[in-house]
Amino acid sequence: MFSILKKEQLADGIYQYTVEAPDIARAAQAGQFVILRLDERGERIPLTIADFDAAAGTVDIVFQVVGKTTEELAACYDAGGALLDLAGPLGRPSHIPVGKNVIVIGGGVGIAPVYPIARAMRDAGNHVIGIIGCRTKDLMIMEDKLASVCDKFITTTDDGTWGRCALVTEPLKETLEKRQDIDLVVAIGPGPMMKFCADTTRPFGVKTVVSLNCIMVDGTGMCGACRIEVAGETKFACADGPEFDGHAVNFDQLAMRLRGYVEQERLALDHYHGGEACQCQK
Amino acid sequence: MSEIEKRAPSPKQSRRPMPEQDPKRRARNFEEVALGYSEEDALAEAARCLSCRKPTCQAGCPVEVPIPEFVALVKEGKFAEASQKIKENNALPAVCGRVCPQEKQCENGCVLGKRFEPLAIGRLERFVADYEREQAGRQLTPRVSRLASNKKVAVVGSGPGGLTCASDLARLGYAVTLFEALHEPGGVLVYGIPEFRLPKDIVKSEVEYIKGLGVEIRTDAVIGHLFGVKELMSDHGYDAVFIASGAGFPMFMNIPGENLNGVYSANEFLTRANLMKAYLFPEYDTPIARGKNVAVVGGGNVAIDSARVAMRLGAEHVYLVYRRSLEELPARAEEVHHAGDEGIEFKLLNNPIEILGDDSGRVSGLSCITMELGEPDASGRRRPFEVVGSEFVLDVDTVIMAIGTRANPLIGNATPGLNLTDRGYIAAAEATGQTSLPGVFAGGDIVTGSATVIAAMGAGKRAAKSIDAYLQQPRP
Ligand SMILES: Cc1cc2nc3c(=O)[nH]c(=O)nc-3n(C[C@H](O)[C@H](O)[C@H](O)COP(=O)(O)OP(=O)(O)OC[C@H]3O[C@@H](n4cnc5c(N)ncnc54)[C@H](O)[C@@H]3O)c2cc1C
Ligand SMILES: Cc1cc2nc3c(=O)[nH]c(=O)nc-3n(C[C@H](O)[C@H](O)[C@H](O)COP(=O)(O)OP(=O)(O)OC[C@H]3O[C@@H](n4cnc5c(N)ncnc54)[C@H](O)[C@@H]3O)c2cc1C
Ligand code: FES
Repeated sequence: MFSILKKEQLADGIYQYTVEAPDIARAAQAGQFVILRLDERGERIPLTIADFDAAAGTVDIVFQVVGKTTEELAACYDAGGALLDLAGPLGRPSHIPVGKNVIVIGGGVGIAPVYPIARAMRDAGNHVIGIIGCRTKDLMIMEDKLASVCDKFITTTDDGTWGRCALVTEPLKETLEKRQDIDLVVAIGPGPMMKFCADTTRPFGVKTVVSLNCIMVDGTGMCGACRIEVAGETKFACADGPEFDGHAVNFDQLAMRLRGYVEQERLALDHYHGGEACQCQK
Repeated sequence: MSEIEKRAPSPKQSRRPMPEQDPKRRARNFEEVALGYSEEDALAEAARCLSCRKPTCQAGCPVEVPIPEFVALVKEGKFAEASQKIKENNALPAVCGRVCPQEKQCENGCVLGKRFEPLAIGRLERFVADYEREQAGRQLTPRVSRLASNKKVAVVGSGPGGLTCASDLARLGYAVTLFEALHEPGGVLVYGIPEFRLPKDIVKSEVEYIKGLGVEIRTDAVIGHLFGVKELMSDHGYDAVFIASGAGFPMFMNIPGENLNGVYSANEFLTRANLMKAYLFPEYDTPIARGKNVAVVGGGNVAIDSARVAMRLGAEHVYLVYRRSLEELPARAEEVHHAGDEGIEFKLLNNPIEILGDDSGRVSGLSCITMELGEPDASGRRRPFEVVGSEFVLDVDTVIMAIGTRANPLIGNATPGLNLTDRGYIAAAEATGQTSLPGVFAGGDIVTGSATVIAAMGAGKRAAKSIDAYLQQPRP
């Protein structure tokens, strides 16, 4: 069992949990993720490590409520409660260059996983430009935290209710046009956003790393649920990734594979709402 | 043969049949297929044993279960004692009695088998283990032979190899921690082999027994990520490490359409069904495709297990697509037979060439080509070749690839100095499990490639012995 030390609602439907997991906290590196399971009947779901503190022995996760497991987590699990299983850190850590100019982009709940990467980039002496964006002001998260590890920082919303009224690709494009010295772009968020970021950087020939949120089961390379075509070859996102070259990822296939269980996901949610099956810790 | 033998087979000739669930019924449920002997069955079967002066059964067992002795105890009706006897050499009798290929091992050596059917050693093993568990209750008899125990050993992977090594070392008095990547200990026994062949409660109780010996089990611990192998020794105080992480990295065919929705590796399909209990969805959260028409590609036990699970999930047709003929099919004859009775259709001498999909990215068919058998290849099996122009489409909505597994590269990549074979398995001496790193041992599927439960247990036993020897050496 992994104790939940703190729970905080960051925005509409977005939560941050601080979980006691000293061994994971000690081993974690930017870009890695954990897999959690709520109870004996639960699904294993992957979430990026949004922060880790080896001294305190804690890891943070930030998630958006999108289906049965995330809804139950948000509704029934509070500080003082515990997660049944937490496995990690999984996946390959981000490659952190030294002394380069880097743009990190976070979209929606993808803002959270960008934070440890931006921090590691900055600690390694890179010049870090941060761009974060979401649909509307009420969904904006972790702005100050991210700003604190960026040399330059831009906020956007699709509807202009906060920051600049734009998609993240607009300031991205302008920056690339203005400066020829950008070495690396890291973009994390919904599939389409990562795809558009990769499309934006392609003409500039700037290396672009994306982090894929494929459906997973074990998260250790044992099942192949997370497979995705990259540069014409099938890769396992959990073992070979989750970060890949954004210019080589087959994003259409990613979108298609994420739809693999839509009917069951709806059924699971209906069942959860309808039944008395809630294994609520409250 | 004498006249009498011809007319009515004497009990010596044929073994007590195993009571089984009716094929029609069982093809739609996940309950155990083989129901197990009754006391009467067991006594009658044990009475067939010739109590040979020079028994040849035991040598066929990779862990040398004292077969003549345990069968003698069964004859006397001392079932719990018989189980205890087996456990002197084999910590998992209820598992082995169910899943071992006895026909190639102990029963193959049975003297009775030269003229009649061999003694049903596996069924007796299962019976006494079940009897002890259900009737007599668990009696823990840890045989701590020597107090060695200021020394600690880490075991990586809780499949049969890891469980066996851990239990042997615990019995010798070592403090053992078993690190398991998944949330449930048991390895293939829990994620691969289906409930209807090996009920998970049985694996659980075998694991409880091993915990009772003092073994600490840490689940959710992915070695190579959470702790490195060397760090276990340098930072966490372990004096030796045994790696039994299995060969769980699934292979695909690299044909077009393999990433469509509805295509699974056997590992994923079985893990969802067994470990995650997706057959009970939505009571359990993990979903699985319940295909109407399912193709399983491959011919081994894993393919058969996948096909039988697909049938139980409600499929109308389940096809086993295998590129050679029935003769070459590597699965156990008994399982092939079971599968046939349950309505699995064998599409032999066919090879998939492409998986077809619809607009939404779901499988809509499996394009295959007919094969013919030519000359024997290096493995002695006749090499299949494609018949030009024989392509056809199998109407399926789910495809399961059961064409084998390889070594997961995680631990190898994370452990500098640990020598691997050119196929990526850990290089370890067969007799001792010793790897290229001092204090690090390995065994089971991660060394040999996919083999058997009992072979992994044998490797675990040998490694426990050599770890003990290693730790007893005086060191500077
Ligand atoms: C490496 C990785 C890191 C991730 N990090 C985060 C994160 O930091 N914050 C966050 O909010 N989300 C993250 N996700 C996505 C998160 O795992 C899913 O939102 C979650 O599994 C949904 O579960 P559910 O039961 O609530 O919803 P469901 O109803 O099961 O599914 C809703 C949506 O989530 C996707 N999904 C379903 N099951 C899985 C699964 N087992 N694995 C991955 N995706 C799935 C589906 O495509 C579906 O669109 C990450 C995914 C991956 C692979
Ligand atoms: C579907 C199926 C059916 C089978 N049927 C039979 C049968 O009927 N009879 C038979 O004799 N054999 C059968 N086999 C083969 C048999 O199960 C294996 O040969 C045997 O389980 C190998 O044991 P092992 O201990 O080497 O590894 P495994 O059983 O594979 O266990 C390895 C364990 O290590 C864990 N692990 C892996 N990496 C790490 C890591 N980095 N850190 C921590 N833990 C890790 C895994 O999660 C797993 O739990 C079957 C196999 C399959 C897949
Ligand atoms: S999630 Fe199973 S291999 Fe990646």
